[in-house]
Amino acid sequence: MTPDVFLFLSAFLASAVEMVEALTIVLAVGVTRGWRSALLGVGAALLGLAALVGLLGPSISTVPINTLRVVVGALLLVFGLQWLRKAILRASGYKALHDEEAAFAREREDARRAGSEVRAGVDWYSFTVSFKGVFLEGLEVAFIVITFGAARTHGVALAAAAAGVALIVVVAAGLVVHAPLSRVPENALKFAVGLLLTTFGTFWATEGAGAHWPGDDAALPAILGFLALSSFAAVRALRGRRAALAGARA
Amino acid sequence: MTRLVAFARFWYEFVVGDDWRVAVGVGAAIGLTALLTSAGVAVWWLMPLAVVATLFGSLWRAAGGA
Repeated sequence: MTPDVFLFLSAFLASAVEMVEALTIVLAVGVTRGWRSALLGVGAALLGLAALVGLLGPSISTVPINTLRVVVGALLLVFGLQWLRKAILRASGYKALHDEEAAFAREREDARRAGSEVRAGVDWYSFTVSFKGVFLEGLEVAFIVITFGAARTHGVALAAAAAGVALIVVVAAGLVVHAPLSRVPENALKFAVGLLLTTFGTFWATEGAGAHWPGDDAALPAILGFLALSSFAAVRALRGRRAALAGARA
Repeated sequence: MTRLVAFARFWYEFVVGDDWRVAVGVGAAIGLTALLTSAGVAVWWLMPLAVVATLFGSLWRAAGGA
């Protein structure tokens, strides 16, 4: 697997996971209060995110490559480890799994109870909730697109294309199902994204710090394999510990 | 001022997240790699080990420790 395929896959999976969560919020608001204002909020958020990537993407690539790689590597590591840590805690039962059905029900109840304030013909609640949902979930995607783009030639275009494909897939699935995508294995996807982000972070941070990988880009699958094995071992150990604690309490 | 604090808090939580020690561990690993590399030592293996150690430490604390 080439680094570009890795990069595309990472951006696609990260985008898809975040978009599934954003879709739940928009669906709940749209179904409960009407679609016009909710979709206006989505459009405004997507424009904001595109502007962010458009502004930061090209300007960041003027920084010297080694400085950039160390900064991007550090950010991806901190970010990727957050995803991986949560995914491992969820997989081992130390943290509750994200439930899209429950989130949908909660958002619908909030949308039903919220008062009606119309500004310039727009239902302000629907607009702001949809905007915030899409913008905040999308911010992580924008962050990944920018950092990938900064450390690799054509990275922004490739990562942005992956995010675009994810958007089409998730919106199409949402239109077909017309309900929250609760069957998507979110934790497995988050686990994969955490692993991929941490792999790229490890690779670039090391190169940025001046060290060289044996085999250059060919080291990426080896890093991924090492991190995956370590993470599965952590899940196993934490599950065992949880079962032992439960056994001791019984 | 409140908005400025909220803005700073948002970015701190967005980037650093639940465990600040992870960010410290990553920073220390990068610094050590740079230091040893400049001394002529091949330390490509250091970062993966440091990353896993940082992750395990964070998981251990989140799971309630010893």
